[in-house]
Amino acid sequence: MKTLLITLMLALLAPLAQAQAGSDGSADMYPLESAERQERFRTLLNELRCPKCQNQNIADSDAPIAEDMRNEVYRMVQEGADEQTVVDAMIERFGEFVHYKPAFDARTALLWLLPLIVVVVGVIVVIVIVRRSGRGDDGTPELTEDQRRQADEMLRRQSQ
Amino acid sequence: MKRILMFLPVLVAVAFGIFLYAGLGEDPQELESALIGKPVPAFELSALRNPDRILTPEVFRGQVSLLNVWGTWCPACRDEHDDLMWLAEDKNIPIIGLNYKDNRDAALRWLKDLGDPYQLNLFDPQGTLGFDLGVYGAPETYIIDKQGIVRYRHVGVVNPEVWEEKLEPVFRQYQEE
Repeated sequence: MKTLLITLMLALLAPLAQAQAGSDGSADMYPLESAERQERFRTLLNELRCPKCQNQNIADSDAPIAEDMRNEVYRMVQEGADEQTVVDAMIERFGEFVHYKPAFDARTALLWLLPLIVVVVGVIVVIVIVRRSGRGDDGTPELTEDQRRQADEMLRRQSQ
Repeated sequence: MKRILMFLPVLVAVAFGIFLYAGLGEDPQELESALIGKPVPAFELSALRNPDRILTPEVFRGQVSLLNVWGTWCPACRDEHDDLMWLAEDKNIPIIGLNYKDNRDAALRWLKDLGDPYQLNLFDPQGTLGFDLGVYGAPETYIIDKQGIVRYRHVGVVNPEVWEEKLEPVFRQYQEE
């Protein structure tokens, strides 16, 4: 049974592994002499956004413009350009839009800070709620002597 | 004080709603151009009609003009062609064409069949100038001033409405300078 399960899982995973190998196939189409440049090229393809198909990076997009961008990034990396130089060159042409990690400035402040703000507000809310629900609770039972006697009476009557 | 606090979530929700609603009407395909206020990128391209004539950004000097990016493979370019003819013939607007990623014979046939609204055409089969301009889809139309500086970019089809509302005011403004 166990063997069957493992076989089945492996069979299901196989196409995934193949897809992985496929996306790494860029190495064959865009040969670069060092592993470091190879890595830089791959990072850039993933960080740059296709202006035509706006929700894809240029590694994924089949739009002609994405291909042009891949070629240009390849050319620049081949000539030894560092990551920032390539990103700047693309922003110069297509605007800040093409970078999935936009620089922090007045326009993008909300974008960058919102998650932090949400977390801080959430923590404050949790603190307030916890404090409130704990208020007045000093660990002692809150029945007066009278009430206790009444309750005892009720219980006794019930059990009879 | 507590009463007011009770309404806070509603206020936040309403404010957020207004903020998001305002964003609904915007066209996400319309991107800022990084080139506005900068000179047309350097290029050396042959003229569409004359492969031996090499054109440079000098072609933009001395007049305010439209730079229209087009190709015969682009259906929307066919849509706007009649309106470009109207601009060139009735309004006397100088239009410089950028024949983008196209085939010279197909482009010449297109101009012969449909009319030629262009003062001249840059032939850019590799799309190098298009790439430097940040063109990500044709048609696109730019306003270039007398010094060869990019002043406006319109992505999509030019029609009389677009001309009157968006392009003409900018065009006239730089013409008066």
